[in-house]
Amino acid sequence: MKSLRILGLFVFLGIVAACGGAEQPAGPPDTLHRGTPSDPESLDQHKARSTQAADVLRDLSEGLVSLSATGEIVPAAAERWEISDDGLTYTFHLRDGLRWSNGETVTADHFVAGLRRLVDPSTAAFYAQFIVDIENAAGITTGDIPVSMLGAEAPDARTVRLRLVQATPYLISLLTHPSTFPIHTGSLAEHGDGFARPGKLVSNGAYTLEAWVPGSVVSLKRNEHYWNNAATAIDAVNYHVLVQDTAELNRYRAGELHITSTVPAETFAQTREDYGSQVHVAPYIGVYYYGFNLSKPPFKDNAALRQALSMAIDREQLTDKVIGRGEAPAYSWVPGGVNNYEPPQSSFAALSKDERNQLARRLYKEAGYSDENPLSVELRYNTSDLHRKIAVAVQSMWREVLGFEATLINEEFQVLLSNIRDAEVTQVFRSSWMGDYNDAHAFLSVLQSESAANMPRYASEEYNALLERAAAQVNPEQRKLYLEEAERVMLADHPVIPLYFFVAKHLVSPDLEGWGDNVLDYHYSQHLSFKAAR
Amino acid sequence: MLRILGAIPTLLLVIALAFLMVHAAPGGPFDDERALPADVEANIAAAYHLDEPLPQQFLRYMSGLLRGDLGPSYRYRDHSVGELIGNALPYSLKLGAMAMVLALLTGVAAGTIAALRQGTVLDKVVMGFSMTGISIPVFVMAPVLVLFFAVKWQWLPVGWTGTTGMSRFVLPVITLALPQIAYIARLTRASMIDVLGRDFIRTARAQGLGTATVVRVHALKPAMLPVLSYMGPAIAAILTGSVVVEEIFGIPGVGQFFVRGALNRDYTLVLGIVVFYASLIVSLNLIVDILYGAIDPRVRYR
Repeated sequence: MKSLRILGLFVFLGIVAACGGAEQPAGPPDTLHRGTPSDPESLDQHKARSTQAADVLRDLSEGLVSLSATGEIVPAAAERWEISDDGLTYTFHLRDGLRWSNGETVTADHFVAGLRRLVDPSTAAFYAQFIVDIENAAGITTGDIPVSMLGAEAPDARTVRLRLVQATPYLISLLTHPSTFPIHTGSLAEHGDGFARPGKLVSNGAYTLEAWVPGSVVSLKRNEHYWNNAATAIDAVNYHVLVQDTAELNRYRAGELHITSTVPAETFAQTREDYGSQVHVAPYIGVYYYGFNLSKPPFKDNAALRQALSMAIDREQLTDKVIGRGEAPAYSWVPGGVNNYEPPQSSFAALSKDERNQLARRLYKEAGYSDENPLSVELRYNTSDLHRKIAVAVQSMWREVLGFEATLINEEFQVLLSNIRDAEVTQVFRSSWMGDYNDAHAFLSVLQSESAANMPRYASEEYNALLERAAAQVNPEQRKLYLEEAERVMLADHPVIPLYFFVAKHLVSPDLEGWGDNVLDYHYSQHLSFKAAR
Repeated sequence: MLRILGAIPTLLLVIALAFLMVHAAPGGPFDDERALPADVEANIAAAYHLDEPLPQQFLRYMSGLLRGDLGPSYRYRDHSVGELIGNALPYSLKLGAMAMVLALLTGVAAGTIAALRQGTVLDKVVMGFSMTGISIPVFVMAPVLVLFFAVKWQWLPVGWTGTTGMSRFVLPVITLALPQIAYIARLTRASMIDVLGRDFIRTARAQGLGTATVVRVHALKPAMLPVLSYMGPAIAAILTGSVVVEEIFGIPGVGQFFVRGALNRDYTLVLGIVVFYASLIVSLNLIVDILYGAIDPRVRYR
């Protein structure tokens, strides 16, 4: 009978395993349920990197300034600020009644400590270069200058003064990013690097960290000590980690989510039909592009060929038919809707499709290619249905207009990144860039020859010089002109083929009020509330 | 005792191989489209010891491992690998245990019935089903089951949709168990046919015992021996199958963290899960060996 007993043991184990087990915290009835595609890598604002982590951090913590629901800069921890005439000194005055979640007062020292920790090389922060415009920041990150020399000081408990190396008009928008938020020095001293955990994290924003189950949910609870707590309508927020967008859509359908992080592409049209105005589509500060490897033939020193390839692509057809979710075709590098900037359009944007194709064919021949001697080129993209669809569409457009067959190569994301970095095998590659702050500089700095994010390895002295001139301008109008000229110069060189500008897509429950669409896709939970009548 | 000692070099070899492979893959844990400036990258590499030569990194990892420390995850930087595995384990455990139990019960039952009705239509039908279970891979079976049971007939939830309770386990468990049901059924059938043909069974029948009693009391135990020795590989297959099933159904188990870790080049997480899986398989195989000795008195280890 031993075998039966053993069998019985298995069955018993199975039943025991099947019963019980931790389920996700449901939260009080007035809990906001949001979807997120991945866990925040860290809730230590200096160890975090992704936009998903930034979303949660913006609910937990608060910086000197913040954004309204529609994307305007509003005072947050700082109630007012002054900028010196030469644009190099910023003085922020903290408001009364700022408290951490444990009741202690938030002081200017906490802000300075946060900025210092950001640039400190031993922190190994990912956004260390974010505040490179502050005096000595660059030297500190390389380890040449001690951290205490950072151009950030607290002359008294309610004043933060920043000294810059050059007039940086977008500094205020930089300060909405979580990496610049203050740090609670007491927790850091007590818990060291492990301070960002439930029960230990002390935050100064609208919410505190209640629970965190990796792979499952991040739970936030109202911070009673927040200076603006009276205006916070929602008591608790749960960020549910839902890796698959279809699973997220199903949860929304079942009424278990109030906000989704995206809308699945495959069923977009159907979802739009089913949910109407619950689907929010808004321009997002990001560009999807194909980059050229400018360090090797055939694209090295061959602007004519690059222009031909760029012109032969029908961007309207891509955004309307192939992708079809409201993206805007891109004829510039910087997206529209960016502060104080009108992106110049590529020279061929005004031409009709026929004229463009004709010109493209002419340039293709000028570059030495023809039907008898077609261009052979490899187009690399990372594994995804969408990227493949776009690549196939572009391949057929090139075939139709210019008469050559591009080879499509599908690579895993990390492999593609590695190849782009090495610049040995890549010719044309798919990439994208998202802006961290609302200024043209967030995009134009990428193609500066020294930038680590300069994937095509574009190196133009004229471009670099124009960017430098723009950086030295105090007058915003002058600066705008220099930046636009720089972009015009760069677009004429065609180091990249911008294809379209991203859109942020969300499903938002009709029970919610206060949702605002903005180009940075910041949606603070404290701006939201549930409608009174149900 | 000797067997237990012999498992340790195996584990070491597995860890060393995994370490090499993980570092051989192009890309690193901190690569991203938002490429980092050179000095920031240098700081990060120093902080995570990625700038050290590989042998030194390996020794560092091993010394941590011997102290029971699997290290911090490179990607989920606020959590240690041990914590992440600990959080994910209940889901995988439930999934695996239920699949194993289902596979055993159904497989043995099906195999026994087929053996008793050897040669008839029923036998062929049962064996036919088991063939499909073996041939159709998990990632084909799962969406097909979802399509029929969840989308079309709506008997079961589509995925891990937060409907708390057992119904969301049904499809994943069935998907995971199907190939094992197939193998176990075939094994049981063959073994049961062999046992039923033996002399002592004929004796029992001659004594007037009914078929059910004969099977239950005399035939089942010896017939189960091959199934038992299959348990080791079966558990390994359930573990590897769970990676696919968890990914498809969105279950936040160890398998899903494994996939995420590989894609993110999260070296410590991947290595930690490899260590975990390897230890699990090695120890379960040991248990099976011991159980084998318990069931069959003719087999004993010194």
